[in-house]
Amino acid sequence: MSGTKKVGKQTVKFTHQPKIISTASIVGPKEGEGPLGRYFDKVLTDNIYGEKSWEKAESKIFKETIELAIQKAGLTEDKIDFLLCGDLLNQTIASNFAVRDFPIPFLGLYGACSTMVEAMVLAAMLVDGGFADYVVAGASSHHDTAERQYRYPTEQGVQRPLTAQWTVTGAGVVTIATEGTGPNITYATIGQVIDLGQKDADNMGSAMAPAATDTIFQHFKDTNHSPDDYDLIITGDLGKLGKKLTQEMLKQKGLDLTGKLEDCGVLIYSDKQDVHSGGSGCGCAATVFSGYLYNQLTNKKYKRIMLVATGALLSPTSSQQGESIPSIAHAIVVENN
Amino acid sequence: MAKKNPNIQQQINDEYDQLVQQMKPKPPYLRNIIAAFLVGGFICLIGQFVNNFYTGYLKLSVKEAAGPTSATMIFLGAFLTGLGVYDEIGKFAGAGSIVPITGFANSIVSPAMEFKREGYVLGVGGKMFTVAGPVLVYATITSIVIGLISWLLKS
Repeated sequence: MSGTKKVGKQTVKFTHQPKIISTASIVGPKEGEGPLGRYFDKVLTDNIYGEKSWEKAESKIFKETIELAIQKAGLTEDKIDFLLCGDLLNQTIASNFAVRDFPIPFLGLYGACSTMVEAMVLAAMLVDGGFADYVVAGASSHHDTAERQYRYPTEQGVQRPLTAQWTVTGAGVVTIATEGTGPNITYATIGQVIDLGQKDADNMGSAMAPAATDTIFQHFKDTNHSPDDYDLIITGDLGKLGKKLTQEMLKQKGLDLTGKLEDCGVLIYSDKQDVHSGGSGCGCAATVFSGYLYNQLTNKKYKRIMLVATGALLSPTSSQQGESIPSIAHAIVVENN
Repeated sequence: MAKKNPNIQQQINDEYDQLVQQMKPKPPYLRNIIAAFLVGGFICLIGQFVNNFYTGYLKLSVKEAAGPTSATMIFLGAFLTGLGVYDEIGKFAGAGSIVPITGFANSIVSPAMEFKREGYVLGVGGKMFTVAGPVLVYATITSIVIGLISWLLKS
């Protein structure tokens, strides 16, 4: 490896420090009622958003979030060099249909619920490498599109297990640029696929926790940083159980993150909202970062945070065939200069 | 990195699964059982009222009343699913509202509603039995097996 930007085994260090010059987030009503409701740009009054299907609604939400992120950056579509998006639906149709009206070169991504950080890392690399001045990156999910693809029809009367999570309805989009005002992206740690044999599709936190643990541990090993260098280490959608498992496994490896480790899926809903283990979906990390975390960074509440989005790389077919759930986690470090 | 040794990997997986089982929240079994009993019992009580109506007012025999009673309960289950109420009952009652025939209606109507947007043929028609299909297949097979046993015992 001759590159000077790679640090250790899995981490890259951005030498030109790409900036996040704007973010945008649009969420559904349930997310709006949650504890982070006031940080989102727009809260919808219903999940269908005047469309004929949940899928059309998701694409519309995503499209408007992208428009808003570009507008908030004070830019126009023709200034954007690349658009990087992903979602949970088969053939990532939410993204593909959301971007078809934009005259911007597009790269579609899939990393399950880790997609937001995957998009941000690649966008930062494009900017840092001198391939682009402005890159827009985003991810979306929708409770009802995910539910019908992965689980049950919405009107079916079933009791969800306590380990189940609630897919977030919402999209989060960021504009990453060479110049401008906003927090810098300084490091990224790309995860490897980890599978410890967990098979329960109603317990994705347990499937993903080992991937989060591996990526966080590797990040500290690669950078020689210590947890004290961070104000917050926040995972994407491990939920309550996954967060506990990650904290425990990192402790066993000698990394104590007590008080530092949070999870977007735990923060986005309150206990009263009956979501069991917490939120999940691409939109979880995407909206919590674009709404709440970006706000806390620009208001200097945090100096340096690490966002670790986690993805369960399963499909209904792989589950039915008895396969375990391979998982991934990507980390990105965002800090105020 | 060297390829993972399958034996060691299995051991790591088992140890991890132990940790997961240990930390996993336990479902409130007692509350769930009581809720299932009360709601399931209540649905059966309504069924009995309907049955009494058919035998008492319409003077059907007990055997004749079974069909219309089931049909009425299926209608109620389907109707409540259409109103968006049955999934709320199911969330509270679990098996209490899945096991009675109203739950069977719910399992057919809910996918039919969900997939209406994919059209009446491939959506509603194709997906209607995704949940109830396996039940129908194995219930039919079971009834044939039971029928055969009963026939053998008689002859």
